[in-house]
Amino acid sequence: MADFLLAAAGFVLATVAVGLVRILRGPGDDDRIMAAQLLGTGGIAVLLLLAAAMSVPAAVDVALILAVLAAFITVAFAKGAARSEADRA
Amino acid sequence: MAFDTGVAVLVLGVAVWTIAARDTFAAVVGFVGYGLLLALVWVRLAAPDVALTEAAIGSGVTGGLMLGASTRLRRTDTPAVGEKPGAVLRLAAAVLCALVSAGLAAIVLLFPEPAPTLAPPAAANLEVTGLGNPVTAVLMAYRAIDTLLETVVLLLALVGIWSLAPDGIWGGFPGPRHKADSEGVLTFVAQLLVPVGILVGIYIFWVGSVAPGGEFQGATILAAMWILTMMAGQVDAPPVSQRWLRLLLIAGPAVFLAIGLAGFAMVGAFLAYPVDYAKVLIVTIEIPVTLSIAATLALLVAGPPERAPK
Amino acid sequence: MSLALDALTILAVSAGAFFFLAGTVGLLRFPDALSRLHTLTKADNLGLGLIVLGLLLQVEGPFAALKLIAVWLLTLLAGATVAQLIARTARPGGRPV
Repeated sequence: MADFLLAAAGFVLATVAVGLVRILRGPGDDDRIMAAQLLGTGGIAVLLLLAAAMSVPAAVDVALILAVLAAFITVAFAKGAARSEADRA
Repeated sequence: MAFDTGVAVLVLGVAVWTIAARDTFAAVVGFVGYGLLLALVWVRLAAPDVALTEAAIGSGVTGGLMLGASTRLRRTDTPAVGEKPGAVLRLAAAVLCALVSAGLAAIVLLFPEPAPTLAPPAAANLEVTGLGNPVTAVLMAYRAIDTLLETVVLLLALVGIWSLAPDGIWGGFPGPRHKADSEGVLTFVAQLLVPVGILVGIYIFWVGSVAPGGEFQGATILAAMWILTMMAGQVDAPPVSQRWLRLLLIAGPAVFLAIGLAGFAMVGAFLAYPVDYAKVLIVTIEIPVTLSIAATLALLVAGPPERAPK
Repeated sequence: MSLALDALTILAVSAGAFFFLAGTVGLLRFPDALSRLHTLTKADNLGLGLIVLGLLLQVEGPFAALKLIAVWLLTLLAGATVAQLIARTARPGGRPV
């Protein structure tokens, strides 16, 4: 079971990595703002799987603050992008 | 093994992308991503306390700080891209980075087996401190002086940022005035997410005495929630000359220092706790320190005053 | 009993990982930022929900299970609201953020 969960974590991480390549390349800031959200959701999934696979229950706490912070940082990015659009306009 | 290699490759890839990005906003996004991935690495190395701190401070608050800097620097982006450094300078930088990396790798690989560590005595003395988490014991009992100095350093950084305000605006409101849109999404986010975030922050702070967590991580989440409320325009940033704000900022280090000096009277050494009251004293220090650090971090991200005080 | 639980966990976690894969395929194939946003928030959150479901069967104690559900609900809330916000910035000429 632990090996399976670790393998599942690796698989999810790989899908996040491929998605990240596409997002970071995307022209314009709108795509890049999504990077924080992608890494947030994917990172939470990986952390929950690692918590079970490695028997480190504290990783669930890391996932908890990752959820709060991914939202915060995405809001900050959206605000920052909107503000610089207004500057350029 | 394959998982660890994958994470390492991903971290390196994002790091290279962040450095190669031509535009500061993209670089900040890359940096935040790098921090989140690094938190995964720390969990793999069985260091959840460091993972919590990396995700919270290294990624969240530092990301917000650099985003603020990047937004302020937007106007200088185009001229900066035009001034690329010469080939000689870039070669010198590459050689220097390679040397530093080689040095670090040599140090790590040449560690004696087993690596020297103070973990056994730290764990052995844990019950005396009344705590269940050895990392918190190190931060608040064995090396409390370092934590005290860290809180003071944060305050000095805040004073440094405030000093960037022009003379006429000294003591004014930090950052721009964000408009509140009562029908808007940001207001909804602020009203729904912030209370939950505050609960999470308090939980992480409280659980730090027996499990990974602690005051710095909890304070960072509280600070992020305050910044979120300010960005949604629900509250305005307070003018930095307000007395209640300044008292809040110094409350933590002041209580820490007072209990440290009281250690002379009680036990005969600075920051020494009498054995029966160790846990009580540590909690008495931690609560104001959490509030002060939360306020300091939020004000650091809010930036220097930009609007004159009334 | 625990064999059945293990089988269910493997099933749920595999389904969750599949949805993460679907999300990434959507990210690669969809033409513009707004549709990519769809896959990012919907598919990934569904994948996370299935993974949480699978892990709930493995965990000991009600508090740990509650924490897993809390993480999932928080991610759902954050993802849904933030998606609206990103859409506002991505859509030209829309309501300001």
